[in-house]
Amino acid sequence: MSDVTKRSVDPATQQVLKHIEGQSIKTTWDRLEEMQPQCGFGQLGICCTNCYLGPCRIDPFGEGAQQGVCGADADTIVARNLLRHIAAGAAAHSDHGRTTAHALQLVGKGEIHDYHVQDEEKLKATAKVFGIKTEGRSNDDIAAELGEKMQADFGSQEGPIRFISRAPKKRIEIWKKLNIIPRGIDREVVEAMHRVNIGVDNDYKSILLHGMKTALADGWGGSMVATEAQDIMLRTPTPIRGTVNLGVLKEDHVNIVVHGHEALLPEAAARVVKDPELIKLAKEAGAEGINLAGMCCTANEVLMRHEVPLAGNFLQQELAIATGAVEMMMVDIQCIMPGLVDVAKHFHTEIVTTSEKARFPGVTYIQFEEHDAEKIVKSIIKRAIENFKKRDKSRVFIPKEKKDLVAGISTEVIAKILGGKYLSTFKPLNEAIINGRIRGIAGVVGCNNPKTTHDFGHLELVKELIKNDVVVLSTGCSAIACGKAGFLQPEAALEIAGKGLKEVCEAVGIPPVLHMGSCVDNSRILIAACEVLKEGGLGEDISDLPAAGAAPEWMSEKAITIGFYFMASGVYTIFGGPMPIMGSSNVTRFLTEEVEGITGGKFAYESDPLKTAKLMIEHIDKKRQALRLGPMMYQGK
Amino acid sequence: MKKIYFDVEKCLGCRSCELACAVSHSAAKELEKMISDKDKSLPRIKINFSKDKNYPMSCRHCKDPKCVSACMAGAISKDEKTGQILYDEKKCVGCWMCVMVCPYGAIRPNKKVKIPVRCDLCTDIGEPQCVKGCPVKAIVWADETEVDTIKK
Repeated sequence: MSDVTKRSVDPATQQVLKHIEGQSIKTTWDRLEEMQPQCGFGQLGICCTNCYLGPCRIDPFGEGAQQGVCGADADTIVARNLLRHIAAGAAAHSDHGRTTAHALQLVGKGEIHDYHVQDEEKLKATAKVFGIKTEGRSNDDIAAELGEKMQADFGSQEGPIRFISRAPKKRIEIWKKLNIIPRGIDREVVEAMHRVNIGVDNDYKSILLHGMKTALADGWGGSMVATEAQDIMLRTPTPIRGTVNLGVLKEDHVNIVVHGHEALLPEAAARVVKDPELIKLAKEAGAEGINLAGMCCTANEVLMRHEVPLAGNFLQQELAIATGAVEMMMVDIQCIMPGLVDVAKHFHTEIVTTSEKARFPGVTYIQFEEHDAEKIVKSIIKRAIENFKKRDKSRVFIPKEKKDLVAGISTEVIAKILGGKYLSTFKPLNEAIINGRIRGIAGVVGCNNPKTTHDFGHLELVKELIKNDVVVLSTGCSAIACGKAGFLQPEAALEIAGKGLKEVCEAVGIPPVLHMGSCVDNSRILIAACEVLKEGGLGEDISDLPAAGAAPEWMSEKAITIGFYFMASGVYTIFGGPMPIMGSSNVTRFLTEEVEGITGGKFAYESDPLKTAKLMIEHIDKKRQALRLGPMMYQGK
Repeated sequence: MKKIYFDVEKCLGCRSCELACAVSHSAAKELEKMISDKDKSLPRIKINFSKDKNYPMSCRHCKDPKCVSACMAGAISKDEKTGQILYDEKKCVGCWMCVMVCPYGAIRPNKKVKIPVRCDLCTDIGEPQCVKGCPVKAIVWADETEVDTIKK
């Protein structure tokens, strides 16, 4: 049997993996082993299946075919494949954004009653970006127009998409010069798919530039729409205490896990589980109550707004079911492993998909409708309660591990905490960076991947960064990893943090690792960067900032898109494993070196988290020098 | 002796064996890093394509090896104990006689570093990496006497 410590550093994960050994339950780690060897041509990005002249592959040794049947060389094939990934990632985030914007419009029009405008301040601020008049108008009226205009950005032909105007002036100039300002969110995705069709775009640089344009349509478009519309309807997250890891499942409760990405359904679920009628039903079924827990980014959404406990991150989804204590897993879109269905067959767990876009053979499908949210969610929860009776109590194994955490640190909240009760400002952060208490800012984000030890990359990297006085902004599965290790407890994290960072965090009351939300909420990091710049003293453009980003355990196409919009926004971004580009030395050189000359950002690939930290710190120091900032206050400690 | 055998009915021609072989003989020992090596390691196994079938081919370690008798520098020899064909880089003069006489075309010249590229059965690792690298188990590492039973 495989060594569980090689599979994960998370104790709860290790315990469940050990527990199911010999039970013929297959997890993603087992499937990865069976999948060996994985195709090297795919790994290098030099396999092309875009047309039926092929499939083609380039001989990486230079002996055999150097061109596909159409004549495309390694550079073209690698770049085209990468652009396809970017388009898919942008499409995923953006389609999520579209659904949310549509719901906002319906809320405004009064067609949905289970959601309301909850954040008037953000509604008005966002309306301003879209050129919508707010004076003398009701919130609903504004919301209806804003929802409509947000959706219009998807179908816009000329653009620029509206949120682009939030970027620093200098950045917009750079984008203009490169002609990569998105005209419409959908338009760039469609054009990406056009360009990669056989015999269209063959110049790798041109293909990659369109990759940036498509990615910007996500980061400054679809993802930002999702974040802002969700904040308006569900309210902007504020600091909240919560708990995380598989230990949040309760032996004597009906356990329901919500898994996926959209925020509206779990929001309704968080409200509905408190319904006395349902609790009564649960008691009649022999349970003490109903326990709602989250998985992946859905979890981040409901944790930040409702304290719903977080069961785990991407690699723990199958393990939650393998505890034998989950009555139901409610899933919607993105990152739902089809393998869940097989794991669920070993137990009484029912999987219910609530999205027409995400169907599984043999899995119950109940469409979630915003206008009937609570009623639908209630009916689903009733099924879960009914299912409790089928639980085989002798097979329940819930690890005890769980940790407390603080989450919900949105950009607006940071400004409010820093500024105190009456002021909203980033000034104390800027000053701390300028006077050398804080070295700089790092975004550590992204997925899990069974190819690397679960959570190890995230945790080692974050630890090293805060030790070196770098404040860490965290989202998605990375944020959950940090939570499980206790890094989101201000007290615990401050013990690891460097002296300068510790002083600042204690003085203003922020933790050194900030949980900023789900993966669409990476848009919050972009906005935070803009706010820091606006405050002054740290340059005029995102690329001037002493900042860097990393996705140590990435796996999703969405991660590539996120990487691209950060890189195109001027951020040095490090991926744990290489993107599938190594088969083309030109593409690799362009993305890891040359591109810095045009966007100010670039990529690096490094699997060792300590080396990643070193690269990020060196980059931050380089930027500090360029800004003529003084040395770190406690250099050498 | 244990030899490498191929099941042509199974081979899909994906060439994963070639990659696995080159990686295991590279300095970097890692695919993505090997690709940027200056002196790229070359695969000692090659897939030959003929009509509707794919034929993986690497040194057969012949009982009567033509390459051994053809090598005037004495760089290629046969280990009488194991039956394996050995190669001594120091003695090789790069005349490519071995390449010419091999009836299987299993030796190729690496013109850049002037040595013949030939299967060494990954003796330093203990198991030929092409066998591990095959996703459909079309390459078998077995004793001559076992092979017929495996087929059945």
